Amino acid sequence: MNKVIEHLEEVTVRFAGDSGDGMQLIGTQFSDTSGFAGNEVNTFPDYPSEIRAPEGTLYGVSAFQVHFGTKNIHTPGDFVDVLVAMNAASLKVNLPHVREQGLLIINSDGFDDRNLKLTGYTQNPLEDGSLAKYNVFPVDLNKELKKAFIELDVPSKLVQKTRNIFALGITYWLFNRPLEPTVSWINKKFKGKEDIILANVHALQGGWNFAEKNPDFRKQYIIDRSQLESGKYRSITGNQAVALGLVVAATKAHLPLFLGSYPITPATDILHAISGYKKYGVKHLQAEDEIAGIASAIGAAFGGSLAVTTTSGPGLSLKSEAIGLAIMTELPLIIVNVMRAGPSTGLPTKTEQSDLMQAMYGRHGEAPLPVLAAASSADCFDMTLEAARIALKYMTPVMLLSDGYIGQASEPWRIPSIGQLPEIAPHFADDSTTFKPYLRNPETLSRLWAIPGMQGMEHRIGGLEKEDGSGVVSHDPMNHQKMVEIRQRKIDGIANDIPDLEVFGEHEGDLLLLSWGSTYGAAKTAVEHLKAKGHNLSFAHLRYLNPFPKNLGELLHKFDRVVIPELNLGQLKSLIQAKYLKPVIGINKVQGKPFKAVELEEKLSMLISMRDIKKWPASSKIDLPVDL
Amino acid sequence: MKTIIDQILEKPHVGEDHLTSKDFKPDVDVRWCAGCGAISVLSPAQRLMPDLGIPKEKIVFVSGIGCSGRFPYYMDTYGFHGIHGRGLPIASGLKIARPDLSVWVVTGDGDNMSIGGNHFIHACRRNVDLNILMFNNEVYSLTKGQYSPTSHRGQITKSSPLGVLDDPFNPVALALGASATFVARGHDKDRQQLQNLLLQAYQHKGTSFIEIYTNCRIFNDGAFDQYTNADTRDDHTIFVEHGKPLVFGKTKNKGLIMDGFTPRVVALDGDGRSLNDVMVHNQNDTTLAFILANMTYSEELPRPMGVLQNIDKSSYEQQVEDQIENEIKEKGEGNLESLLQGSNYWEV
Repeated sequence: MNKVIEHLEEVTVRFAGDSGDGMQLIGTQFSDTSGFAGNEVNTFPDYPSEIRAPEGTLYGVSAFQVHFGTKNIHTPGDFVDVLVAMNAASLKVNLPHVREQGLLIINSDGFDDRNLKLTGYTQNPLEDGSLAKYNVFPVDLNKELKKAFIELDVPSKLVQKTRNIFALGITYWLFNRPLEPTVSWINKKFKGKEDIILANVHALQGGWNFAEKNPDFRKQYIIDRSQLESGKYRSITGNQAVALGLVVAATKAHLPLFLGSYPITPATDILHAISGYKKYGVKHLQAEDEIAGIASAIGAAFGGSLAVTTTSGPGLSLKSEAIGLAIMTELPLIIVNVMRAGPSTGLPTKTEQSDLMQAMYGRHGEAPLPVLAAASSADCFDMTLEAARIALKYMTPVMLLSDGYIGQASEPWRIPSIGQLPEIAPHFADDSTTFKPYLRNPETLSRLWAIPGMQGMEHRIGGLEKEDGSGVVSHDPMNHQKMVEIRQRKIDGIANDIPDLEVFGEHEGDLLLLSWGSTYGAAKTAVEHLKAKGHNLSFAHLRYLNPFPKNLGELLHKFDRVVIPELNLGQLKSLIQAKYLKPVIGINKVQGKPFKAVELEEKLSMLISMRDIKKWPASSKIDLPVDL
Repeated sequence: MKTIIDQILEKPHVGEDHLTSKDFKPDVDVRWCAGCGAISVLSPAQRLMPDLGIPKEKIVFVSGIGCSGRFPYYMDTYGFHGIHGRGLPIASGLKIARPDLSVWVVTGDGDNMSIGGNHFIHACRRNVDLNILMFNNEVYSLTKGQYSPTSHRGQITKSSPLGVLDDPFNPVALALGASATFVARGHDKDRQQLQNLLLQAYQHKGTSFIEIYTNCRIFNDGAFDQYTNADTRDDHTIFVEHGKPLVFGKTKNKGLIMDGFTPRVVALDGDGRSLNDVMVHNQNDTTLAFILANMTYSEELPRPMGVLQNIDKSSYEQQVEDQIENEIKEKGEGNLESLLQGSNYWEV
């Protein structure tokens, strides 16, 4: 049978099924294989907070989206081109994401009466014509698996467990992907369990064969290789990148690494990863609560470790007082906050950028600290190194913001060579004759680090205000004013030690799109699309939020209009307006999901068409319709 | 992989120290109230330190908030004055990161039983090698006189003008219930005894907990008089010592026997009971420790003092070191390049 081959620039595939169907697993495999095949890739896991919600329910649906292509893949994709749905519920939940004429590969076995009833379908959508605007490929996975395994003596229970792998095989055929990377992964993952390896490899090949032989599957799609910088690549999530960044930072600083943490979604992956790094000499404590997590890290920092605590919003709230202690004692500490939708418990598995104000100001007293935000999954590695550099150089806690989206989403990462990464230099005291705990480096205003074990430098520090220099407890009014101002100046001065904000496009003009954190991908894509359409706008992305880059103020005033998209109700916007007295137009989304590029593109187009309105009041905001 | 910390620690200690208690007194005024029980703990601590035979740069005192929280400022060692209730996790992180240090935690009944209660039970069960000195004055003093979790029912304080309604914690029983390996009680009127308890706590590897009755002259004066004053304490307390019979009284004329699981007081000078009938203290006996601890608020029984329990269990930080060592022995020292690479990488 002749199959047709079509070349595409980019595709978005979404795998959806029950929580226990293994969708995250095949999504990850599909993404890794796409990277292996030389494409740019960006993924997004979308799973419920229930662990194993009742089968077949709408709230139990778990999905994994993979966007891959030849170039400019910065987001997980706006619209789904291919949906793999394992049952009725996953079809219903995910259909709104699928573009017209999109491919639906549907497990027809998941549409029995019970499934339909749980989903609220009164008729079977596979039969009632309601899917007419899509290309539907129903596959009875149960039946096809039985057929594929007919000549093998594999227990049917095990065969059933390979349903997801069979579906993965079908998608590999569709995009003409090599099976090898997944086969090798199966062999490693199930080492020693030959029956499981056999079943999975057979199912993967079976899925491929099924599509190859099936007359309904007529078209294969080819996505050309990307022009990537040469080197070794791997797929990485933001949380993995933070964990790796911490180990590398400790190595580069020649310090032991200590993590004090308490499990919380979506930051726990970092704790998981670090706890497995024992052979790198890394120590960790899964503490009794969030406060003990950071308190133990502060203790370890006092003892000379590169100390870290990882958390998400509710945990950050609990750590507030201890962060103040780290600021007061001027100890190096990295606080990683993988933001999620709040307030309170909020949407624990969904993303948001709404902790910015808390990161900046969420402590009693005048308590400034540097705030950094990673732009993408891979950028989490670089920003973790930056957080460590700043913490150690300036003897300060540093807040690193990531979020549920980039924390869990993956993209290809060019693996750096350790030798080529810069060294990090902690500032230890070395002269006991002149040592005083609060003597400062005149340039950085950083105090020296003297740790227990250093002879002749015994000293006491703590949360009480100290006399400048000697570090003796002091309630003197003028001393307090001096110390508060020194602590502020120390943090402000870091602006001299971070890169200027880079501008893509003209350095002055009508419109500047200014993004921060994980909105980078969608903002960049939107700008690329608009530029391709001949529109003129500039784009800049902030990774340093406190202090801001030195050139930010001047830059803002060179544009008639500044637009800030953020997954909150305008927190960066408020900071920028307050500091630079420049009115900002906000694009704000709080739906637990990242921006789609198309959402920003549409809003920006509208603004571009309203070019004549130069003066926008500070309260301007472009509302996103709930259902775009 | 060697770190800067390893290099710092390898530096030999310069000179030979003949430390005395004076070397542990920093050049600051002690600002506790005159007659405060805490002062009576400070001097045994300063006297003990030279006897430990470790350089003073290896000693760290950590505290939380409250009157007890000021303790580190008065010890010329490394010191860390933390935030309310969090001395224990700060000290735990320090000790896990730096097992070479001798880490002491000074806390109070409010700091340790109330706001830091969660950290306390977990520190006990985790068994990090910390020495916890809990100053119990049965009142919040630094906030000027409110009832604490060890205040007794009916106690009149600024925040309980009509009397406290809830029952107090029994700190030693709480520690035992949370699996602490070393549990003791002392008081501020017998400094020699206290110094000896501190020494035993130091020698015990794992979490050591000493509840210390410290009189607050200002907000709860005389709360422990019955148990600490020289003229009454012998009849109202029993100082337990490992391997010795459980006897008390001015002339050691009373002893403890077991009636089923219930301890009872017997006279040793009249009704035919002799020293041979009396229970012998065994600090390794975890059941006995509970029985003794539970005598605390009894009307009929003497209040137990001394080391109630002292058992060996591997300390947490040692297990961390062992895990790292074993992992390296089994898998070899970690190779960072291969960690970054992961198991699924590709070349472009």
